[in-house]
Amino acid sequence: MSTQRKRGARSPLASFGLHATLVLASAIAVFPVFWVLVTSFKPDSRAVEPTPKLINEFTTGNYTDVLTGAKGDFLSWFGNSVLIAALTTVIAVFLSATTGYAVSRFRFPGYRATMLSFLLIQMFPFAVLIVPLYNIMLSLGLQGSSLGLVLIYCTTAIPFCAYMLKSYFDTIPADIDEAGRIDGLSHFGVFWRLVMPLARPGLAVTAFYAFLTAWGEVAFASAFLSAADQSKTLAVGLQVFVQQNRTEWGHLAAASILVAIPAVIVFYLVQRFLVTGLSAGAVKG
Amino acid sequence: MVLPVVVVIGVLVLLPLAQGVYYSFTNINEATIANPILDRPATYEWVGLTNYLNVLSGDPSYGDFWAVLVRTLIWTFASVFCHYAIGLGLAVLLNRRIAGRGLYRVLLILPWAVPAFISAFAWKYMFNAQYGIINQLLGAVGLPQPVWLGQSDLALVAVIIVNVWLGVPFMMVALLGGLQSIPGELYEAAEIDGASAWQRFRNITLPGLRSVSSTVVLLGTIWTFNMFAVIYLVTGGINPNTRILVIYAFERFFSGASRDYAIASTYGVLILSLLLVFASAYRRALRKQGEVW
Repeated sequence: MSTQRKRGARSPLASFGLHATLVLASAIAVFPVFWVLVTSFKPDSRAVEPTPKLINEFTTGNYTDVLTGAKGDFLSWFGNSVLIAALTTVIAVFLSATTGYAVSRFRFPGYRATMLSFLLIQMFPFAVLIVPLYNIMLSLGLQGSSLGLVLIYCTTAIPFCAYMLKSYFDTIPADIDEAGRIDGLSHFGVFWRLVMPLARPGLAVTAFYAFLTAWGEVAFASAFLSAADQSKTLAVGLQVFVQQNRTEWGHLAAASILVAIPAVIVFYLVQRFLVTGLSAGAVKG
Repeated sequence: MVLPVVVVIGVLVLLPLAQGVYYSFTNINEATIANPILDRPATYEWVGLTNYLNVLSGDPSYGDFWAVLVRTLIWTFASVFCHYAIGLGLAVLLNRRIAGRGLYRVLLILPWAVPAFISAFAWKYMFNAQYGIINQLLGAVGLPQPVWLGQSDLALVAVIIVNVWLGVPFMMVALLGGLQSIPGELYEAAEIDGASAWQRFRNITLPGLRSVSSTVVLLGTIWTFNMFAVIYLVTGGINPNTRILVIYAFERFFSGASRDYAIASTYGVLILSLLLVFASAYRRALRKQGEVW
């Protein structure tokens, strides 16, 4: 039978199996998020029922509580996180683009060491850096401030981003640079006006990576930000809903949905670049 | 144009690194660190290898190093193995022509889009022994309903499940990119020669993915070995049954009255050394297979 089928065609059974597997995998991927969404519309007391129902006593009270500050200082946390993530993204994209372009186009002394160090920095556990960085922040007077965190996130995001972008710039022909030079552009002009626009997919992936690094980081934020409620980021602040004896799941769920929305929007905008950006970038090395 | 980055990395990575290594040979803690706010000078002293001897002796009061190392290895190996196997399986399925491929892709990537700390909370909620949906489902089909996040090794199983769920999308996307760079003619030629699906997978797909695979497995191993947020948030801070090396270092740095920076640094240096040894061994193994990396 199989020899009579057109090449690439599938038997109905194989097709069913394929779809069944993908549907099951998608369900597992989506379910936790879906469940948080459902919980966020339940009254806080109903979130801990012994037999959870899909919908009971639909309410938007959790959202009101969280947004008006009745439960936790959500808006301050949100503002801090947006500020930190945005600054990290802008700085990281700009610096890693210039670096990635430089290592893609020029050979200079220390080239191999630079490339290797980009990879090695991925290996540094925060545990070895946390004490000295704490010390540096203390002496710079940045301890407990957002700016200090931005600097720290940049150090983890930039090497990886530069590494990804280097490979991406490699796929842009150097002829374009030469043409630009002949037309009288400076090195930086070539980079800024010709190469950057062409590298948009790679830059989108980089921005996304940098954004997520800052948006979701827990350890440094927990250790370095001051204990004052207004200075916390979301990753730290949301932990106040998880107490030793009682967790406010309804409020936590509502806050989580509010936090996830911007991340998912950013993600949706860049996801079509992810496959091309990543495969041209990080993975080909 | 590299200069700013070299400077930033130098000041914020290499300098702290050197300092961290130095601290691991001292008795620095909350009481002896210099504090400009209180205008207090540093009073910590050089103690030589004392910290390393204490930690490597496996003494429980210094974190039971060897037991924690074994747990870290189990955690890392189980996570990365599942990431890679499931990610590759899904990438192969998604690489076929199939109705609704774009939709499947978006849905499968979703765990990556949600910030990890949100996912950690979601799973903590679902794993709850009394009202969590997972035990409800297990009960509905007549299976036992264990206490997932209690003081037992089940907690480690639970955090591994969460970490696998979180990490599969990255692997899938990276491997999907790799699959798309394998020329389709290779498969057509093999099919004409009568190669079975399994033979095509073994002899075309796996070799074609080798450079992608080696990079993502290395990165995945490093990231998992140093993974902090998932365990810390899912098990709610301190649970000795899910304590891996970085978690212990953080506990030593952050919690406890004395804030023992010296032991935290010692753990950090040991973690870094382990990863460096792993990475160079891995690289050498690849080079033996003729991989230039």
